[in-house]
Amino acid sequence: MTATAPVAERPAKEPKQSKRPQRFNEGTGRLAAILLSPTLLVLGLVVVFPIIMALRESLFTSGTKLDANGFIVKGSTFVGLQNYTDIFKGDTGHRFWNAAFNTTFFTVVCVVLETILGVAMALIMHKAFKGRGVVRASILVPWAIPTVVSALLWKWIFQADGIANTLLGTQILWSTEGWQSKASVIIADTWKTAPFIGLLVLAGLQTIPAEVYEAAKVDGASVWKTFTRITLPLVKPALLVAVLFRILDTLRIFDLPFVLVGAHKDSVETLSMLAYDEAFNTRYGPAAAYATLLFIYVAVVAYAFVKILGADVIGEARAKKPGGGGKAKKRRATAPEISAAAATNTGMGA
Amino acid sequence: MAVASSLALLATACGSGDDGSSSGGGSSAGALEGRGPITLAGGKDTSGNLQNQLNAWNAQHPNEKVELKELPEDADAQRQQMVQNAQNKSDAFSVLNMDVVWTSEFAANQWITQIPEDKVPDLGKLIPATVDTAKYRDKLYGVPITSDGGLLYYRKDLLTKAGIAEAPKTWDEMLADCQKVAALPEAKGMSCYAGQFEKYEGLTVNFSEAVNSAGGVIVDKDGKPNVNTPEALAGLQELTNGFKTGAIPKAAITYKEEESRRAFQEGKLLFLRNWPYVYAKAEATDGSSKVAGKFAVAPLPGKTGPGVSSLGGHDYAISAFAKNKATAIDFINFMASEARQKANIEKTSQAPTWASLYDDPTLTKQFPYLAPLKASILAAQPRPKVVKYGDVTAAIQQAAYDALSGKTQPQQALSDLQTKLQSLITQ
Repeated sequence: MTATAPVAERPAKEPKQSKRPQRFNEGTGRLAAILLSPTLLVLGLVVVFPIIMALRESLFTSGTKLDANGFIVKGSTFVGLQNYTDIFKGDTGHRFWNAAFNTTFFTVVCVVLETILGVAMALIMHKAFKGRGVVRASILVPWAIPTVVSALLWKWIFQADGIANTLLGTQILWSTEGWQSKASVIIADTWKTAPFIGLLVLAGLQTIPAEVYEAAKVDGASVWKTFTRITLPLVKPALLVAVLFRILDTLRIFDLPFVLVGAHKDSVETLSMLAYDEAFNTRYGPAAAYATLLFIYVAVVAYAFVKILGADVIGEARAKKPGGGGKAKKRRATAPEISAAAATNTGMGA
Repeated sequence: MAVASSLALLATACGSGDDGSSSGGGSSAGALEGRGPITLAGGKDTSGNLQNQLNAWNAQHPNEKVELKELPEDADAQRQQMVQNAQNKSDAFSVLNMDVVWTSEFAANQWITQIPEDKVPDLGKLIPATVDTAKYRDKLYGVPITSDGGLLYYRKDLLTKAGIAEAPKTWDEMLADCQKVAALPEAKGMSCYAGQFEKYEGLTVNFSEAVNSAGGVIVDKDGKPNVNTPEALAGLQELTNGFKTGAIPKAAITYKEEESRRAFQEGKLLFLRNWPYVYAKAEATDGSSKVAGKFAVAPLPGKTGPGVSSLGGHDYAISAFAKNKATAIDFINFMASEARQKANIEKTSQAPTWASLYDDPTLTKQFPYLAPLKASILAAQPRPKVVKYGDVTAAIQQAAYDALSGKTQPQQALSDLQTKLQSLITQ
């Protein structure tokens, strides 16, 4: 009901205000379209076109039959959705659901671990202390190492006679099927990408004004309350973007399990690896079908994440006018209030 | 004259733009013509000697120079680039340095040109098993340039100490030797045997060797899968029993070539199946190997007699989309010649395909493993020659890995594999 009031107001002002801005808008719109068209063309060429080609490819098969001389019959045949339905049949179906489970499992476990560790790293990096530069640099080193290289490093660590077994005093064969290979992938992925979340959260932390903390301190808020009621809400926009990026990235995970554990291992096979395997054996139709399914899965997860948690990916909230009820603005206003409330709570407890 | 005119006829037939399914294998057979610069595409030349070989050719043929196109070191990445090149019908690659297991796939897709056997005068001098790797449906598609065979590395010092004079020829002898050596104090903490049992191409090699050495086959001579047999079972059980009894260390399920080599060099293994490249590394006296001077090599053991190795190595083939194919075949013949192969092994220790080189006194002195390697390669079997090699080797690895890790019983693994191969290999 509150929203209807400003809408109702507008028509009354229209004769007075609308003409000039409208003309202005029209002119800018055309100019904007002209100025943006090269960008849109490039985007169309490098984003839209490949997606459409991949979708088209997924409806064809080729190279499946041999002629009398043992040569592969050339040309591709339109098979409709058969490449998609084949994925869910029999052995392939079993393999697909296993890969879908692995992909989801890695995403959930890795992102949760990385978020916890990343936030902790950011808090440490944010503190002013001697040697902060060294700590910041050393925390960021894993993120700077290419995934394949870090996978090789961890492969070395997880060898049968590697340092992991020596330190743990165990004889675990990490690259064999089972929980241990899953664990090795999770450890290596967390090691590598927790700093990424740490980096983005650190950027978010640096935008929190010091006065807010001072106010909380004056009010006698505990460290935990300060963290949960001030730091977390204020860093949330940055944190959600970081987590979203990590989710999208981990859903496509390929190089780490492929190099660290190896191809065709049920325990760590992910959807990207299935698509790769098909393409490697020159079955581009089914490969495109797998890739499309993964694309849809990633898109749905990203959409749900943005909708449910309100991750502000494109800076929408900040771009809104002060009166428009931008989320970030609102939070900035409420956080001190919350902290004040928290402070009084603790004060009462004492 | 007749040959020349028929060549011209065939060339025009080919040039008439028949891009669809070509009707016969013969259509591309005669079209080895055109002279001029060509390229050689192959994996990264880690030895650095290949350029010397090309320089020798280029000095003699200033108008038909060969340029080296280095592809990544990883074999899968090499194949991927060659496939891509063929699908674009690009003439960027003229001669392809191909792994022996790719022949069927490339030939069936008509990505490589059939080579008439009379165009390769030295063919009869090459080891027959290596020439066979370059054939698809009895037609020649390449010339073998290097070969490779499995060898049994063994600790001669410990065998001598246990009173054993000769390397074992059968699996039973090998296990019996292990028992005798195990009684020695030096053998404490050692395992009997290892090969490469990680889930990758090496497992296909080791599984094929076990099956072939027991008299079984994976794919028979007519190209039909026939792996669900008592012979194949006996071969697989030799490996699964090895894991069960501890003759093969548990960690061997994670071994590739390098892991198994290190285990042998650290003195953890009495017997090791590996390729010839290990010899120089294990013989190194810079302290990296604890077994330098203490080991020797022999052909692989089998069930009742000498074992059967899987064949490695590389063939040179001509891309179907290449220009200057006449130069290409001349260049291949040049590289396959005795002189070039000898120059190559001297510098790179890559096993030649020219039979007589294995008996060359200077070479056998430089490479003491040549005699057992010759025996290994002479008796070797190619891995399954199938069009869908990528799928077939994945299926073999799945079955063997599940059996070795105890997930499925050997009998079950083989019958599953047979079913899978039947669906993959349809004629």
